[in-house]
Amino acid sequence: MNTSPLIHQDRGGPKQALLEVRDLKKYFPVRGSFGAAGKFVHAVDGVSFAVAKGQTLGIVGESGCGKSTTARLVAKLMAPDSGSMVFDGDGVDEFRGIALKDFRRNLQMVFQDSFASLNPRLTVAQTIAFGPQVHGMSAKDAERLARDLLMRVGMEPDQFGARYPHELSGGQRQRVNIARALAFDPRLLILDEAVAALDKSVQAQVLNLLQELKAERQLTYLFISHDLHVVHYLSDQVMVMYLGQIVEIGPVERIYGHAMHPYTQALLSAVPSMDPAHRTMSSPISGDPPNPIDPPAGCRFHDRCPKAQAICQSQAPRLMVVATDPAHQVACHLNDPHAGHGNAPSVEYAATALNEVSA
Amino acid sequence: MSTPRVSIKDMGLRFTGKRTVSAVNQISLELAHGEVLGLLGESGSGKSATLRALLRLYPEGRAQVSGQIRIDGQDVLSLKGRALEQYRGGTVSMVFQEPGVAFDPVYTIGQQIVQTIQAHAAVSNQDAAAQALEMLERVQIPQARRRFDAYPHELSGGMRQRAMIALALSCKPKLLLADEPTTALDATVQIQILLLLRELQKEMDMSVIFVTHDIGAAVEVADRIAVMYAGRIVEQGAVADIVHRPLHPYTAGLLASSVGAANKGQPLQAVPGSPPDMSNPPVGCAFALRCSRATDICRTQVPPVEHKDGRSLACWLPLNTDAA
Repeated sequence: MNTSPLIHQDRGGPKQALLEVRDLKKYFPVRGSFGAAGKFVHAVDGVSFAVAKGQTLGIVGESGCGKSTTARLVAKLMAPDSGSMVFDGDGVDEFRGIALKDFRRNLQMVFQDSFASLNPRLTVAQTIAFGPQVHGMSAKDAERLARDLLMRVGMEPDQFGARYPHELSGGQRQRVNIARALAFDPRLLILDEAVAALDKSVQAQVLNLLQELKAERQLTYLFISHDLHVVHYLSDQVMVMYLGQIVEIGPVERIYGHAMHPYTQALLSAVPSMDPAHRTMSSPISGDPPNPIDPPAGCRFHDRCPKAQAICQSQAPRLMVVATDPAHQVACHLNDPHAGHGNAPSVEYAATALNEVSA
Repeated sequence: MSTPRVSIKDMGLRFTGKRTVSAVNQISLELAHGEVLGLLGESGSGKSATLRALLRLYPEGRAQVSGQIRIDGQDVLSLKGRALEQYRGGTVSMVFQEPGVAFDPVYTIGQQIVQTIQAHAAVSNQDAAAQALEMLERVQIPQARRRFDAYPHELSGGMRQRAMIALALSCKPKLLLADEPTTALDATVQIQILLLLRELQKEMDMSVIFVTHDIGAAVEVADRIAVMYAGRIVEQGAVADIVHRPLHPYTAGLLASSVGAANKGQPLQAVPGSPPDMSNPPVGCAFALRCSRATDICRTQVPPVEHKDGRSLACWLPLNTDAA
C-alpha cells in the first residue's frame, strides 16, 4: 500500500463523478420499555446521489431528516446497514477498490461544534500536524505543513500556533478545523453545518475562505446546512431531504427557481423575507417534522402537504426526472403523470416537454 | 402619548468576581404600549444579559445593575421580596431559547402552568387548570387537553416552545422578553412561532423585546430594531430605516454579510476580525478595530449616542448622512 506521499491523483477525468453513493441505508434500533428492541429510527432510507468533481453539493432539510447521518455514513464514521460508495471509479472498502485508509485521506470532515471537534490538550499546530504524522510524515515536515496551513486560513502561526483551543474564538477554531482537514490535501471535504454556530459577520469570513480554498485546491464539497441562504450561495447542486429520503435534487438555480416538491417550496417560503413591507403572513406548512421511528405510509410528507390526495397516503413516490430538465429529480406524485394524482400534468404534456428538452 | 411602558436610562451591568466584566454599558431604551423591539447583536454583545438584568435574574452580589429601569412608572431596581416575585412573571415574563432546559422535567406542562398562575393569583385548582388549558389552546397546540398532561420531553421542539410561550403569558404580563425563542428551531417551525408571537402580541396588547442574532427574524416581528455591539446600543430606529438605510458601519456590515441570492458567485463583504473581549474592552469606539472608516477619534473616544428623527446612533463617522 502506498502511504508516504499525501498526493492524490485524478483518475477518471472530469466526467467521472468524484463520489457516487448508492442506496445508502441506516436504521438505528430503539429500545422499547425494559430494553426490548423492535423499533427502528429510519435515519437514512435508500439515499443515492453523485457529486461531480469540483462541485459543491448542498444538503438541506429540517432537523432529524438524516443530513448528518448521511455525512457520517459517507465519511465511514459509522457503518451503513446497506448501500455502497464509489470514489472516483473505485469501490470504497471493497475488494480491488480503494482501501479505507486511503479513502479517509481523500476525504476530510469539518463539524458544527468547533470546540468539541478539537483535542483540548493539543495546541493548534500540534492538532494540524497530528494526522500527517500518523500517516508517516516526519515531525519536521508536519510542523512546516501546519505553519503553512495556518497562514493559509488567515492565522499567524507565530501568534496562534502554540495556543490551545479554549484560547481561540469560535471563528478561529473553525479555521483551525478547516486547516486540519486540509492537511491531507483531500479531494472531498464534508462540511457538516460548519458555519452554523458562527456569528453572521464571522460566518461571511469563513464562507469566503471556503470559496477561495475550493478554487485553489480543486476541492469538492459536500455542504450540509439548514440555512437555505448559505446553501444557495455556496452550492452548485442541491439535495433536499425529508425523513431519511431525498425528495428533490437538482442544480441550485432549478431548486431555488423552480422547486417542484411541495416540501421544497414550503422550506423556501419559510425563510424570513428581510423586507418589513412584505412580512410573511401565513405559515407555508404546519406542524413539526414527524417522528422518524414510524414514518407515515405512502409519501412521508403527505400529512403536512397542502396538495396531498388519496394516492399520497397509500403509495410512496419514486425519485423521477422532471420532464423539463433531465438534471432535476423529484419524488412527488405531482411530477408523475401515471401516478394518479388529480393535479399531476397529463401524459401528453410530459411527453411534449421531454421532446422539447431532447430537441 | 402618555408615558412609555418601558423606559431604561443609562443601564449598565457589571459582573464582579475574579475579573470584572462590563457586559452592558449605558444603554437607554424606550418602549411604547404594544410595541415590539428587536434587539439585534452577535454572541457576547450583551443582548441576553440585558434581558436577564431587566428581569432581575442576576444575584446582587456578583452583578451590579446601574442606571434606571421603569416599567409603567414602577422602579424595577428597587423591588424587593414579594413585590419582586410579583414583578417576575406578573409584569414581565420571559421566553428562553431552550425550552427543553427552561421547563422542569419532573412536572407536566399543565402542572407548571397551573403553579405559575397560582403563584400570582388566588385561584382554585380547577380554575387555574381551566386557564392553563385555555392558554395552551391559545398558542395553537394541537390536542391541548392531551398535551396538558404531557411531560416536557414528550413534546417536539416547536411544541415545547409554544408551551413555553403559554407559560410565559399565563399571567398576562405587560412586557414579554423573548430571548432567541426561535434560534433552536427549524425554519419551517420558526416562521410558525414568529407568526404566533405577532398574533398574541396584538391580541394581548403586550410590549415585546425580542432578542435575536438573525436580522430576518427581527424584521418579521419587530416595529423597531436596536443593534447592540460590545455592550452598547450602536444604532436604533424603525425596521425599514435600519434595513434599507443603515447609518452605523456595523449595521451595514451585518446586512452586507448576510448571504443571499444576490451575491452568489462573488466573495461576501465580511466584517473583518471578531468582537472584542469584554473583560478588556478597547478604548474609544468598540467597533473601531474592525471598522474600515475608523480614524483617530474613533480609537480614542467613545462616540456619544445622538438622537435624530426617531433614530439614535453612536458613531463618529456615520454612513449615508446626506441621504438620511
